[in-house]
Amino acid sequence: MWDWEYTWEILPILGEASLITLQATVLGFLMALVLGLILAILRMMAPKPVRYLVAGFIEFVRSTPLLIQIFFLYYVLPQVGLTMGAMLTGVIALGVHYGAYCSEVYRAGLEGVPKGQWEASTALNLPMSVTFRNVILPQAIPPIVPALGNYLVALFKETPLLSAIAVLELMQTAKILGSETFKYVEPITMVGLFFLCFSLVSAYIIRRFERRLNRQVRVS
Amino acid sequence: MKTASTPMVRFDNVCKRYGDLVVLDELNLSIDKNEKVAIIGPSGSGKTTVLRMLMTLEKIDEGVIYVDGEPLTHELRSGQLVLADKRYLRQKRGQIGMVFQHFNLFGHMTAIENCMQAPISVMGMTKAQARELALELLSMVGLGDKVDQYPAQLSGGQQQRVAIARALAMRPKVMLFDEVTSALDPELCGEVLSVIRQLGEQHDLTMLMVTHQMGFAKEFADRICFFDAGKIAEEGPADTFFDAPQNQRTQQFLQAVMQAT
Repeated sequence: MWDWEYTWEILPILGEASLITLQATVLGFLMALVLGLILAILRMMAPKPVRYLVAGFIEFVRSTPLLIQIFFLYYVLPQVGLTMGAMLTGVIALGVHYGAYCSEVYRAGLEGVPKGQWEASTALNLPMSVTFRNVILPQAIPPIVPALGNYLVALFKETPLLSAIAVLELMQTAKILGSETFKYVEPITMVGLFFLCFSLVSAYIIRRFERRLNRQVRVS
Repeated sequence: MKTASTPMVRFDNVCKRYGDLVVLDELNLSIDKNEKVAIIGPSGSGKTTVLRMLMTLEKIDEGVIYVDGEPLTHELRSGQLVLADKRYLRQKRGQIGMVFQHFNLFGHMTAIENCMQAPISVMGMTKAQARELALELLSMVGLGDKVDQYPAQLSGGQQQRVAIARALAMRPKVMLFDEVTSALDPELCGEVLSVIRQLGEQHDLTMLMVTHQMGFAKEFADRICFFDAGKIAEEGPADTFFDAPQNQRTQQFLQAVMQAT
């Protein structure tokens, strides 16, 4: 059943497509990290109306399927004059969706920093920006690295959804290969293996990173 | 309008409430320049709130607090005192330094980094200048050999001395000490108290402390204020206050404290 010759033949093509998958993952996750932090801080410090708005937005994004958000961005936005390439649309959809999830993680991290750290910062008259950058975030982030890492792996595993808007990532490429030769088993299996390997490797890296952070931060 | 007799700190009819709970009830309190005042009293009497209000950690409900003759909690706008905004508070707050019961050191920074942060980002010092200042202060509190240790590697008494050095780095006119030995093992209190004693002798500092250490209060402070139910129930010079308290609540409180020690 398994065609080794065909497997070797499609490997370079899939290899190239995996770069697109990784690109979408990295860019999407970076956006999620930044957007999540901004949403979390807004939800914590902004004036009340903004806070409710942000909370509503997060709830909305988390309560609708990613696939529908991708379709929406890709097919509906051009009708109001906003046209973006498939890849950019995909990255934004991933970034916004996971940004909403990450903001909840950040929130837990920020709330975990003792009140006394804020009060000491006030007593020292530190500006808000310094308080966040040098006092609060360095203590809020290390404990949430595992949770953020989980979302990185989750986001990565959802990139095949981008095949729905024809981004030439792994899944889309495998589907095209399959439709050309009617051999689906090899490409789909290879894609699955690729996801498995990458997930295991990144989980390992995250764990090491986590351990290093824990060594550095020994909060009394 | 600064004269020689302008008090360093003045609470003018200050009220603080949490919902229905009145924490400070029309408090009037004046503290002279370089005066050392100890605040004692039962828990819930509002004594810590006095310090927190002065550090601008709590919003004021009524009244005005003045520091060195100028309003702290309010600012003058077209001849009227209105609640101060964040910018005004940032301008004025630097005159006050505070040491907390639970130290509140930044756990991810070494002792010297704890002391360098504010001089760098508030006073605009260079790293080298801030380092020099921090070294000097840490040596003064007897920790010249621990500057690169993290708070978790230090004893409670050492942590509290770092916290004192950190507050002093901002060159405040008024230092607030909020039960600074309450979280310490008894044998570690002495090292912290002797640093405070030394500060009082060698520096021009107005000091306000909330404490349960009656012996230290008597020996160190110029004046004792006994707080009860958000008010000063009784006050007097430290050397005579404990000998003949007039107020019945003061008598009860002191008796209870003496029995406990």
